[in-house]
Amino acid sequence: MKSHILGLLATLALGVTTALTFPSGARGEATATGDLGLVVERASGSLLLVDQSERAVLARIEGLGDLSHTSLVYSPDQRFAYVFGRDGGLTKVDIVTRRIAKRVVQAGNSIGGAISDDGKLVAVSNYEPGGVKIFDADTLDLVADIPTGSKTIGLVDAPGRRFVFSMWDTGETWIADMSGTGSGAKPVITRITGMGSNPYDALITGNGRTYVVGLFGEDGMRALDLWADAPEPTDVLPGYGRGQEEMPVYKMPHLEGWALAGDEFVLPAVRHHQVLWVDARDFHETGRTATHGQPVFAIARPDGRQVWVNFAHPLNDTIQVVDTLSKQVIHEFKPGPAALHMEFTPRGHEVWISVRDANKVMIYDTHTFEKLGEIDAASPSGIFFTARAHKTGL
Amino acid sequence: MRSFVVLLLLANPATGGEIPAGRAAELEHLVLHDCGSCHGMTKKGGLGSPLTRGAIAHYDPETLSGVILDGVPGTAMPPWRLLLSENDAMWIARYLLKGDAP
Repeated sequence: MKSHILGLLATLALGVTTALTFPSGARGEATATGDLGLVVERASGSLLLVDQSERAVLARIEGLGDLSHTSLVYSPDQRFAYVFGRDGGLTKVDIVTRRIAKRVVQAGNSIGGAISDDGKLVAVSNYEPGGVKIFDADTLDLVADIPTGSKTIGLVDAPGRRFVFSMWDTGETWIADMSGTGSGAKPVITRITGMGSNPYDALITGNGRTYVVGLFGEDGMRALDLWADAPEPTDVLPGYGRGQEEMPVYKMPHLEGWALAGDEFVLPAVRHHQVLWVDARDFHETGRTATHGQPVFAIARPDGRQVWVNFAHPLNDTIQVVDTLSKQVIHEFKPGPAALHMEFTPRGHEVWISVRDANKVMIYDTHTFEKLGEIDAASPSGIFFTARAHKTGL
Repeated sequence: MRSFVVLLLLANPATGGEIPAGRAAELEHLVLHDCGSCHGMTKKGGLGSPLTRGAIAHYDPETLSGVILDGVPGTAMPPWRLLLSENDAMWIARYLLKGDAP
């Protein structure tokens, strides 16, 4: 009898615990987050929690403010997402309880963020007032404030508890080393001048070694070797558009996704309807592929065998797929009006594409190009699978 | 109906900015999302300057329309002349000057 009562109490206790921990989750089941993701609904300030394996929506999380041009990063345990809103809002979302865990408005106007390699610090880059703020990932308390006097872009995490970011107005790149931060310790800043005119975005390679800055104000890009003791700007594709007619840019390209095939990577050109192939060791050009329009994203399938490209307004209804070996366009299709963002499943068998003006996320097989399904979403833009938690620069 | 609209526009050349009703919804969408990718969906600015009424009230619609059509050389503001007519640009200029009320 006694053991029966104990068992009953244990069951009750378990039930209560479960209810507290998973108020909207399944009955008593742990929530695995490894195949989940979040879709930004830019016009309504909400996120859709999606299940990649089920190709289904699990929940909608609301109240995140202005989500135009929003990105997010994940905590190492893939439970929390840190959402960087256009309005300066930094929101910590718990995807297990499907609720906002914390939210601060940390600036007037922000552009992106990153999480440190140890998962303890979250950094946000801001346009207004220009600079980077670094927060405790647990509490969202401010840890460091780094004014730069410029619109600040291309913020990434680098190994060794560092953040790297660049200045649109001054053409500098700064490395903020947070490895020594104890109570009251200050970030150690390394300033690199002469990166070029109007850096608009940057990427860091998956091994954390190379930081490449795209330049709007000149014909070329620059890179830093973060393994060097004193990194110096190195030319990437200087004069890549020389002698060609420049075209207006109706949407700034993004550099976040990048392709590596052997020792090459691929980047969207600015003012030209091309993607550019670059030798990753010495940064000389190895080829270029003519594309349908001004590329916005040129993103490699995780194995690097294909590069998927979308385009700026008004040609943003089209996607092209480029074969990495031949550098030829092997597939072109129109998912619908305003195909803004592509996200691969971690091993690359599927790609999810947000089609903003169709209010859908479309899902395709990357080998057969067959459409596998679709999900309703209100003005969807960014799609972020939780596997990003374990990748440098994402 | 189309010919009527055209006649109406011809009859009113000094003001400009008249467009068919369906076009207005398209332009509003363009301002929100495509201009919004640099200027912010709430028009409070981003890479581009703020376009709230307070920020642009000192410009006349002709100036704004000219900026939209020809861009601002040396900045990221592109010329939209390839995609927008002069009437489109004038409509957008007036729409922005009117502020957030639809």
